[in-house]
Amino acid sequence: MDQRRRTWVQSGAGAALLGLLAAAGWPKPTHGADLRVPGWNRAAFDTHSLTDTMQALGSLDAKQSKDIVFVQTPEIAENGAVVPIGVRSDIPKTESIAIVIDKNPNPLAAIFDIPAGTEPAISTRVKMAQTANIYALVRADGKYYVATKEVKVTLGGCGG
Amino acid sequence: MPDPMKIRATLVGDSTEVKVLMSHEMESGQRKDAQGQPIPAWFIQVVTVTWNDKTVLSAQWGTAVSKNPFLSFKFKGGAKGDRIMVTWTDSRGDTRTDVASVA
Repeated sequence: MDQRRRTWVQSGAGAALLGLLAAAGWPKPTHGADLRVPGWNRAAFDTHSLTDTMQALGSLDAKQSKDIVFVQTPEIAENGAVVPIGVRSDIPKTESIAIVIDKNPNPLAAIFDIPAGTEPAISTRVKMAQTANIYALVRADGKYYVATKEVKVTLGGCGG
Repeated sequence: MPDPMKIRATLVGDSTEVKVLMSHEMESGQRKDAQGQPIPAWFIQVVTVTWNDKTVLSAQWGTAVSKNPFLSFKFKGGAKGDRIMVTWTDSRGDTRTDVASVA
């Protein structure tokens, strides 16, 4: 087969695939720069729905727990760009705390790994696209636990 | 070069409370510029906090962490003058490390 024709066919197929991915809302290749950072759970952060996020984290079977407490987290956030979130876990052997926001374009906001000696309690600030449920997902002794809190957002903080 | 972080480490009983304020755009990738072109995501992905070279917290962040991120937590131990070091790496591969002493 003519070598030039083969190259043309391949590049054509490649472009078509990229087009398909773009149509599916796939991030542009320029976003691929973050492949450089090791230890970042791309598979989980790139998910677009709560179920996919929980599946990527292996936490679909997370148990509801009253030992996970939201602290300094508002009922109503006037500015979705800066929503304070505090999560404390009273579950023994807490290993990590993740914050998942179900209505965000990418629900997974953050994962904090808690080594022995560090209090299983963290505070940070997140962006919320709209009123949503916040899932505080705790891994303790290899098992997943979850608590939920709804935060109403007056002004979204993702688009614009 | 990104701006320095503000790090405050304070003894509270037998624990040390660490508060960090970073300087970063944390661009979500959802916004468009004046020409309607999408602004690519640009955000801190990995954060590590060490106390005298022992890791006391490590975090992975997505685009939903707010601009100029804030972080606070406590670990057991610490003494006046101990070294607290915070390092972040963002999606462009830029990194920044700052150091503070426990007060």
